[in-house]
Amino acid sequence: MPEEPVLSLADFRVSFPTDDGDVLAVRGVDLDVGPGELVGIVGESGSGKSVTFLGVMGLLPKSAKITGSAKVMGQQLVGAKKEVIRSVRGENIAMIFQDPLSALNPVLRIGPQIVEMIQSHRSMSKSAASEHAIELLDLVGIPQPKTRARQYPHEFSGGMRQRVMIAMAIANDPKVLIADEPTTALDVTVQAQILEVIQRIQRELQAAVVFITHDLGVIARVADRVQVMYAGRAVERADIDHLFVKPTHPYTRGLLDSLPALGGERLKPIAGAPPNMLNPPSGCAFRARCTHAAPQCAHGEMALVAFNGSETACVRIQELVTEGAL
Amino acid sequence: MTETISPAGDVQLPDDAFDADQAEGLVTSVSPSRMAVRRFRRHKLAVVSLMVFLAIAMIVILAPITTRYGQIERLPAIGNKVGNSPPSWKAWFGTDDLNRDLYSRIIWGGRVSLLIGIAVAVVSSIVGTAVGAIAGLRGGFLDDALMRTTDLFLAFPTLVLLLVLRSMFSSLKWLKWLFGDLNSIRFIVVLLSILTWMGTARIVRGVVLSLKEREFVEASRALGASNSRIIVRHLIPNSIGPIIVSLTLAVVGAIVAESTLAFFGFGIDPVYATSWGGLLSDAKGAVIVGRWWLVVFPCAVFVLTILCVNFIGDGLRDAFDPKQDRSH
Amino acid sequence: MLRYILRRLLWLIPTLFVVTFLAFCALRIGTDPLASFLKQNPRASLANIKQYKSVNGLNGTIPEQYFHWLRHFVTGNWGRSIKGSTPVWPDLKHAMANTAVLGLFSSGLGIFFGLSIGIIAALRQYSKFDSVSSTGAFVALSIPPYISAIVLQLIFAVYFTRWFNLDHPFLPTSGIYPPGHHGFDLILRIKYMILPGVVVAIQTLAVYSRYMRASLLEVKNSEYMRTARAKGISERRVIFRHALRNALIPVTTFAALDIGAIIGGLVITENIFGYPGMGVFFLKAFNNGDYPQLMPWLVIVAIALILFNLVADVVYAFLDPRIRLA
Repeated sequence: MPEEPVLSLADFRVSFPTDDGDVLAVRGVDLDVGPGELVGIVGESGSGKSVTFLGVMGLLPKSAKITGSAKVMGQQLVGAKKEVIRSVRGENIAMIFQDPLSALNPVLRIGPQIVEMIQSHRSMSKSAASEHAIELLDLVGIPQPKTRARQYPHEFSGGMRQRVMIAMAIANDPKVLIADEPTTALDVTVQAQILEVIQRIQRELQAAVVFITHDLGVIARVADRVQVMYAGRAVERADIDHLFVKPTHPYTRGLLDSLPALGGERLKPIAGAPPNMLNPPSGCAFRARCTHAAPQCAHGEMALVAFNGSETACVRIQELVTEGAL
Repeated sequence: MTETISPAGDVQLPDDAFDADQAEGLVTSVSPSRMAVRRFRRHKLAVVSLMVFLAIAMIVILAPITTRYGQIERLPAIGNKVGNSPPSWKAWFGTDDLNRDLYSRIIWGGRVSLLIGIAVAVVSSIVGTAVGAIAGLRGGFLDDALMRTTDLFLAFPTLVLLLVLRSMFSSLKWLKWLFGDLNSIRFIVVLLSILTWMGTARIVRGVVLSLKEREFVEASRALGASNSRIIVRHLIPNSIGPIIVSLTLAVVGAIVAESTLAFFGFGIDPVYATSWGGLLSDAKGAVIVGRWWLVVFPCAVFVLTILCVNFIGDGLRDAFDPKQDRSH
Repeated sequence: MLRYILRRLLWLIPTLFVVTFLAFCALRIGTDPLASFLKQNPRASLANIKQYKSVNGLNGTIPEQYFHWLRHFVTGNWGRSIKGSTPVWPDLKHAMANTAVLGLFSSGLGIFFGLSIGIIAALRQYSKFDSVSSTGAFVALSIPPYISAIVLQLIFAVYFTRWFNLDHPFLPTSGIYPPGHHGFDLILRIKYMILPGVVVAIQTLAVYSRYMRASLLEVKNSEYMRTARAKGISERRVIFRHALRNALIPVTTFAALDIGAIIGGLVITENIFGYPGMGVFFLKAFNNGDYPQLMPWLVIVAIALILFNLVADVVYAFLDPRIRLA
């Protein structure tokens, strides 16, 4: 990366204490996001993909234990004072969530909710902020923004609501936008529209976007790079084309294979279930479900290692590629 | 139990999906009822209350053994007083003005009060569940009418309702087969049940309404299940939690209502039996003349029992609804 | 919104008819005005009886009698009590005023402190304050009011005087003024309201603190709280504008209903403390079988309940925009 990464995670870990022990939700994630990049984070439920970035933003419950490093625009957020985190949130880094209906305050009008975002970070008069809010609504493609700003969340359709969330998130020109499954709750046609909005915003604001999803199809459309997560760790990181054509991890292969093909063959799910994060398996967490598992998969830290232009955590990758197994 | 009804069966996994050294990664599954018991046990006050309540219940059930005298048996003189003796070895909790042993009378009274409480709770729960379920399922005008009527009834001051209904029902001779004589235990039980079923009906209706919307009901219907099958296999198991909780509330409500009626002179005729309320009513004038034991002991036992049942109800609420916040 | 109110108002009239009719029937069945009249006037002549019956509409079928009563009630002709033959309205008016003063005053205190405690407990969930106040509220609600009333009477009437060798009770436990007192005296009035007020206030405090706590906790865990934090707005704003604003909605609705119930809701407490309000009025009238006094009593209480039910609905619609469309 020639320029400074706008978001930089190093050995980022999150665990939750429970009555039965500590749940290790995120077990050492590294990631550097360059300015204006769109990085996709792919994984199943429970892979830790959302928890990682909620942790970066400091939005996890107080009981969560966070270690490692997470820097936004160079500002370290792990262990930072509450005031620091608060000022960074909404200013340098913003987040949009999966279900816009429950993510917006139902008893406040849209306009004031956006104005609040603006006024918390810059000193603007209420009227100026309201004007700006209307511009933002227009920017994300909401028709009649002036009237709409006076409406309540439940008066919008799902897609419109998500646009409102996006408008709110970009109000202060953040350099990093985290999108946590923004299209999962939407119809397919609306999905496409929202993706288009996000891409347009990214271009116009030169913002980096971290796009979290479990849907490979969506990733294929928007991402520059992709990081695949499993059981709290990254298992592969690659440019978008490499990932789809030359995956370097059995899990990625499994994900690709499980996509329904238009040819009408039987679905090929990945056998088994994700591991229990209270007591994660040693070594590679995927080995229980991996058809290529070998004794050496049970030991080691499984860090990402460069291979053929991608990065992978699979220790057997050389052999598997030679065998043509992937 | 509300969250844990499983879908129609687990997905079939290929045989090689598991082997021995995967055990460290697997999630163990626990049945819903065991989870409910586990959650109940975490509520320490509820567990303690359960034990205390069982102890009280035992003492009360075994009245012939645990009491020292009969319910209206008058003691011979204590010291040189016949009547109104403070606690002593002969009468642990003292005696009243007819020189009857308060300790024994409290136990005998407990029989009556607890009997009333449980009888009312059971009857009103059955009626309330039936009505509430039907109203919730059918919806429409029936449901509306039910809600409006119960709204009003439940908002009216309880004592007023009790008194008005009491006088009304006692004047309707043709209802005597149901109510029995005025101021008999049966009368009180029927009267209290008539007021209590409404609360249960509302709770059950709420549960049924929320369950109706849940996908598994739709799924069942899609699979061709008939209405009665849905009721039996899905709605009832999921409502058992709230029903049991409302049952405990009904017990407390009934005991308190009966004692309130007795306190103001409308309780059970002493000819039939004396309840805790009756004891408290007898003790109304005792304070001024310094016979503290006639008030303190019945009050203490009364409040203790109510507290226990309430805590048990709270624990049951936690046990059956994991989403519910732990209020302790 | 206006349509909503109008529709509810339209329902008001038939509801009132039905309720008053039911109350009428219940009372006519349960009490026999003629018998009470005869009890008070054992030597009434046949002519007296006949006159009494026609004046009070005791002839004819039940519906006829009902309309006779209704006509009189609506025109303000409320007749006289059976015992003592005093006009019903002035006594009832007095009773209403007394109950209103006691009820509103102690409820007000209870609500204020109850809400405060509930809010603090919810914001500091699991703290010592939370567990103590929650358990305390629970215990307070488990003690029937008439028992706490007796206990307080015990302490203040009997024991304080004994222990401190006072020659008159420290706090009055009965009535509204000392016997033989005339005129209005604020200090005395307050003194006599303290004990019954405390009993009511404790119950109110317990109920509202639990309710507020539960409501705020539910709101606290909503998704829009997470969004609010993600926006980087100040914690104070998050709590007031988002958490409290939403949490107070169900509480306010409840309070509207609760206040409507005050007018008839202090029966037990008033009777124990001899406080001459609606509660004492009712019990005395009931024990005397004084039908002309009982009927207006029931109707007034019913009207208050139904009216405040409407108020609660309107308030709810006003506070929660999602309801307005219904």
